[in-house]
Amino acid sequence: MSAQLDQTFTSLPYRSLGDAALTRARELGVTHADFRFERVRYQRLGVRDGVLQGASDTEDLGFAVRVIHHGAWGFASGVDLTPQEAARVAETAVAVALVAAEMTSSPVEVADEPVYDDVTWVSSYLVNPLDVPVAEKAALLIDWTQRLRTGAAVDHASAYLLQVQENKYYADLHGTRTTQQRVRLQPGFEAMGTGADTFDSMASIAPPVGRGWEYLSDGSYDWDEEIEQVPELLAQKLKAPSVEAGSYDLVIHPSNLWLTIHESIGHATELDRALGYEANYAGTSFATIDQLNRLQYGSPVMNVTGDRTVEHGLSTIGYDDEGVQTQTWDIVRDGVLVGYQLDRQMGRMHPGLNPTADGGGRSNGCAYADSPGHIPIQRMANVSLQPAPDGPSTEELIGRVERGLYVVGDKSWSIDMQRFNFQFTGQRFYTITDGQLVGQVRDVAYQATTTDFWGSMEAVGGPQTWELGGAFNCGKAQPGQVAAVSHGCPTSLFRGVRILNTNDEAGH
Amino acid sequence: MSPTTSRTTPQSLVDQAVAVSTSDDCVVIVHDTTSANLRWANNTLTTNGVMHGISVTVISFVRTSEGVATGSVSGSASTQAQVTALVQAADAAARLSSPAEDANELVRDRVSPDWHDSAVPTDIHVYDAFAPALGEAFGRASAADRVLYGFVNHEVSTTYLGSTTGLRLRHVQPTGHYACTGKTADLRESAWVGGATRDFADVDALALDAELAQRLAWGSRRVDLPAGRYDTILPPTAVADLMIDAYWYAGARVAWEGQSVYSQRGGGTRIGETITAPGVHLFSDPTYDGLECAPFVLASSSDNESSVFDNGLPLARTDWIRDGELTGLLQTRHSATMTQQPVTPAVDNLVLAVDSGAGSVEDLVAGTERGLLLTCLWYIREVDPQSLLLTGLTRDGVYLVENGEITGSVNNFRFNESPIDLLRRFSHASATLPSFSREWGDDYFSRTATPALRVPDFNMSSVSQAM
Repeated sequence: MSAQLDQTFTSLPYRSLGDAALTRARELGVTHADFRFERVRYQRLGVRDGVLQGASDTEDLGFAVRVIHHGAWGFASGVDLTPQEAARVAETAVAVALVAAEMTSSPVEVADEPVYDDVTWVSSYLVNPLDVPVAEKAALLIDWTQRLRTGAAVDHASAYLLQVQENKYYADLHGTRTTQQRVRLQPGFEAMGTGADTFDSMASIAPPVGRGWEYLSDGSYDWDEEIEQVPELLAQKLKAPSVEAGSYDLVIHPSNLWLTIHESIGHATELDRALGYEANYAGTSFATIDQLNRLQYGSPVMNVTGDRTVEHGLSTIGYDDEGVQTQTWDIVRDGVLVGYQLDRQMGRMHPGLNPTADGGGRSNGCAYADSPGHIPIQRMANVSLQPAPDGPSTEELIGRVERGLYVVGDKSWSIDMQRFNFQFTGQRFYTITDGQLVGQVRDVAYQATTTDFWGSMEAVGGPQTWELGGAFNCGKAQPGQVAAVSHGCPTSLFRGVRILNTNDEAGH
Repeated sequence: MSPTTSRTTPQSLVDQAVAVSTSDDCVVIVHDTTSANLRWANNTLTTNGVMHGISVTVISFVRTSEGVATGSVSGSASTQAQVTALVQAADAAARLSSPAEDANELVRDRVSPDWHDSAVPTDIHVYDAFAPALGEAFGRASAADRVLYGFVNHEVSTTYLGSTTGLRLRHVQPTGHYACTGKTADLRESAWVGGATRDFADVDALALDAELAQRLAWGSRRVDLPAGRYDTILPPTAVADLMIDAYWYAGARVAWEGQSVYSQRGGGTRIGETITAPGVHLFSDPTYDGLECAPFVLASSSDNESSVFDNGLPLARTDWIRDGELTGLLQTRHSATMTQQPVTPAVDNLVLAVDSGAGSVEDLVAGTERGLLLTCLWYIREVDPQSLLLTGLTRDGVYLVENGEITGSVNNFRFNESPIDLLRRFSHASATLPSFSREWGDDYFSRTATPALRVPDFNMSSVSQAM
């Protein structure tokens, strides 16, 4: 049974506010206006060493009006939920557009989109985690930390649970009206310990997901097994030798590779970055639009898709924040760059990227705003590396390596502003010798340039190795906005990657 | 229940919450925030906005035979009915919660003399002088084959903190910043200028463009250099980036429990130990000129470095490092008891000062025979907590210094360095100036004052092709 729209949201006066705002905008002569009303509920629980440290609920409720007037964007938002205030906010958006028009040298236009007259969409989950009593959730996290602390190597343990319920109503002057709801959660834990002259930690590698509370108990992730294993994994890490810096073959598990995909493919194929819109903040992209269908992004086994449709994906939704129905498309095919992530303005600017029958171009549905107080911008779809049909298992990939490392879990990440040079660490690195896992090594970071790294990908695993990872905390834009996004990938094999010893890096 | 239409003051929202709370005690935090921003790219405005929000946090405290339980609920609220709903939710959450380990007496009877004053707004007119000048800068840049990308934001947040224990504290926080990236038309050279401001009276778009033009001109000679250790001048913005990380990771509890660079091996913290060169001072001060910030604790939920019981505690100048010695870590009253140290909660600004620091970045350049001058850093993340090893990139201008002069621009690098270790190894410092962290200033931490530092052996781990 799928979930229904929350009646505490549908009872809010968004329709009358939307009518008031759009009517006022039309009266003022705008060429485009959209109205977005949102209620986003967050709850966070934090536990340390068997004690609930904090549980907090936050709700972001309000609305925004965005217009195109005199060829410029105007945006304003408000929190007083009255038609009078909605009309006033529409007037403010128009006034802002008039200020902006003075500095807008290229008139703003947006791609057409079919009208969706009063449609609804609800994400795939069974139990809204915000409907579960805090005491029940706290008890689970407390139990996790207490079980972790029974491990001899564990001095301290922490656990947390982030939950989000997002409701959005969108309406525009063309007649589209969408009402949507989605739920996501991120449970996590970490065990910390001390060695002879060192300290370290081992964290859960469970991904955040677009699922309900059932994620904690329906068997889609084996929490009990991981809690059983983590203390021993930490003990092994604390005793492990320090890695010898050099060149290694890497077999990378999806729990680590999703983040490398996020940073080096997901962000690099955001068209707003390629066009320079983020040059002052998040950065640009080496994958410029003149290289479309020419850039050899990686080896021929590399196939990457963008989608906002995969079940349980964190970026998944029915219609984006510009009223565009969500889609699936190719970004890298046989190693070559073939697509980008678009919003409606970019869909019009570059119609060939997502062509329509009339040649006008269309957005592929990547506009998102993280709050009613923020303007929608192009945000990341679920960008995923495809497995090889009938491809190898993780064990088979490890078996192909003479001298290498097997990488599990994400930890530290950093990449440059054009998405060339990156450096990642992980939760654990195992030495591979002659096709066998030998044991953990410490102090490891891998560093590469994006196209070199993906060019060194010799093999992707089969569908049986494919997992959907992701993050709640992807940052972009000014003012800063946060988005959640998933990335699926199989375990994959890379040849000759530079490995650093982080102790050596800190020494001098 | 739909919200009513009645318009209310922030103070009345506080009074309403305190009045309807059914818990033993209640703390209320109201933030009334307005902001206005302009964003541009490719010499044209891209997005903009004017926002207004009122957020209310209600923290309920319920005493039981086992201790005090708390519940914290926040939401957008502008009506009495919305606040009542928040109080009911917080009261219910507290009754279902377990006793808090950080329980302490609530702070009592502190009242700001300006409690009854209205929230202070900003609006788009804060750019009345800046915006036309920006339009003119776009024209100048286009004519000279420069491309400008940037963002200005001005925000004023008025905070009201009230409680059943007689707290009625108010604080007005203006926060503004400007930044502009300039590129040559072929996108092969990039430069950046940016800073913090409280009111935009001191920000001149044409002056920003002129400085970018000068910096881009330095790139007319391009020199490719390999990875390695370089004599490197970090300008105040880059030092701010790194010091903010040193500050954020300075939680007392985490150090006490053995998990940070501030932990004593074998147990306890390194408070009392000399951890940097002598003459180095890292401190926060809510009254620091130009960096004024809230002089009392605001905590909407409890974690390792904050406690809801501490709301309203006065904040004063706090030395984190004094003359090279670690003197304090981020404390709650709970962690202060645990570590047997003074109560030194986090303050929303940070100052680094060096006794020998004198002159400007230009003076450090003039004294350098051969080295690198950075513009700013980017994508800084912790690699190894043992040494607080950080990685990140240089961004938007690395310049070659030869015989005291800038002689060209250099490729970007990835660095791996620890800020604590840099404070031990630097050879020269400039005077301390108000600064703005490129990495963290926009969204997290904009109030810093730092010197430029010259480090004789800064670790550029690899070359970045990014331009």
